[in-house]
Amino acid sequence: MAVLVVAEHDHGKLKKATLNTVAAAQKLGSDIHVLVAGHQSGEAAKAASQIAGVKKVLHADAPQLGEFLAENVAALVVSIAKNYSHVLAPATSNGKDVMPRAAALLDVQQVSDICGVEGADTFVRPIYAGNALATVKSKDAIKVITVRTTAFDAAAASGGSAGIETLAAPADAGLSSFIGREVSKSERPELTAAKIIVSGGRGMGSGENFTKVLEPLADKLGAAMGASRAAVDAGFVPNDWQVGQTGKIVAPDLYIAVGISGAIQHLAGMKDSRVIVAINKDEEAPIFQVADYGLVGDLFQLVPTVVEELKK
Amino acid sequence: MKVLVAVKRVVDFNVKVRVKADQTGVETANVKMSMNPFDEIAVEAAVRLKEAGAATEIVAVSCGVQACQETLRTALAIGADRAILVETSEELQPLAVAKLLKAICQKESPQLVILGKQAIDDDSNQTGQMLAALLGWPQATFASKIELAPPGAKVTREVDGGLETVAIRLPAVITTDLRLNEPRYVTLPNIMKAKKKTLETLKPDALGVDVAPRLQTLKVVEPAKRKAGIKVADAKALVDKLRNDAKVI
Repeated sequence: MAVLVVAEHDHGKLKKATLNTVAAAQKLGSDIHVLVAGHQSGEAAKAASQIAGVKKVLHADAPQLGEFLAENVAALVVSIAKNYSHVLAPATSNGKDVMPRAAALLDVQQVSDICGVEGADTFVRPIYAGNALATVKSKDAIKVITVRTTAFDAAAASGGSAGIETLAAPADAGLSSFIGREVSKSERPELTAAKIIVSGGRGMGSGENFTKVLEPLADKLGAAMGASRAAVDAGFVPNDWQVGQTGKIVAPDLYIAVGISGAIQHLAGMKDSRVIVAINKDEEAPIFQVADYGLVGDLFQLVPTVVEELKK
Repeated sequence: MKVLVAVKRVVDFNVKVRVKADQTGVETANVKMSMNPFDEIAVEAAVRLKEAGAATEIVAVSCGVQACQETLRTALAIGADRAILVETSEELQPLAVAKLLKAICQKESPQLVILGKQAIDDDSNQTGQMLAALLGWPQATFASKIELAPPGAKVTREVDGGLETVAIRLPAVITTDLRLNEPRYVTLPNIMKAKKKTLETLKPDALGVDVAPRLQTLKVVEPAKRKAGIKVADAKALVDKLRNDAKVI
């Protein structure tokens, strides 16, 4: 039986999370089909057909799929899930919203946020904020899975030439409707896709300091900006900047933690980064236990000097 | 309007969990247990709806061992009116909990069910969505703002890249995100009052729900530890290391 991957996209472009999820699906060794559910999403379906190793794209295009409302997308997934041994989606806010709903309708216990594939029915997943890794075996006929995207190297976006099959979307469930969206406007790379992330914590002291002190560093490095939960709780920056157990899970090449003490909940979100730099005035801060390079001192003096050094 | 809130007893968020030597799980004996922080936000949200005159009764529900009574007492101290414990010593996975909560909803007919988005022990992030699916109700997950406007509600959701607002029909399921509110501290008088509130206990069998786990845990291990690196003297040394040793910039 084939494996189904639910694509994450913005109707035009595929999100990179889709490629990581295809990579996880490849470990199952079966044919891979990709479901593109959206509205006026022909471009996204075309992009999905070009992913290396994808055999078929199922394209459902309808106004009621335009905003990815869980009730409508889950109904679509359920309508075709019986043809598949596994249904996978990235553990993004959409994936996390839709997949458990689909799983319950299929009477399946979902396996959330997998970071390893041990076999067709056996998966590894982090629990307790990543302080333990559980290997679990699913007894369900269909495996419904969300994928921790940072744990799987992205499949190649090109090289494939899958056929695109049109799929009818179930009617609008009429349970919910979309009102609006406030997207954080930024020229910066997306947090979960960035190669370099500059993150600030409670030590930043204010939202203004994020702009004055941290932004020049992020600008210089072409980095995305993140924050600890403490900084979000304090109202310095919006919640979608949050890196950690209950925020975003990231694994960039370089993660620079500034004024972040390193609570386990924060470490859970960034400890798989390739290189970690910590700048903190407290020499004993737990962040230094995971940092490759630590700089002890006043961040308000150190960060501008780092920016100066980078210009040289 | 009746509001039902589901709460889970978990290892306290301040506890550094230890994996058991026999790899069967994490150590929970003699470890401080508390209400899942997101569930506390859910109870607070319900209490605020009641204080604003939008909700008339709050029923707190927990599924698990007898000690979950303590968690329910905390919910009652925050301001829930009565509590139901579905008592079992079996391991409960999200699908089973969703089925138990569905059965309770069918008895209690709430207009709104509020749950935490995720429990900080198994980090599944499933129960609310599953409950909504089983009831055929709309769901608004990861809520940072709830405005009730019967026959519906407007909910602002925390999503990747920003915020999204949806309108949902009632009855519905809402799961809470961090910024929805800051739960109040429970006061001693309220703890005393909570002791007098009704706490009913049911068994899964009485609700006709099969709670047998679908996922078998084969082993639980500690993740590979990251080695602490070095402290560098100054900004110049740092940039040099990043350029020439790590080669990441």
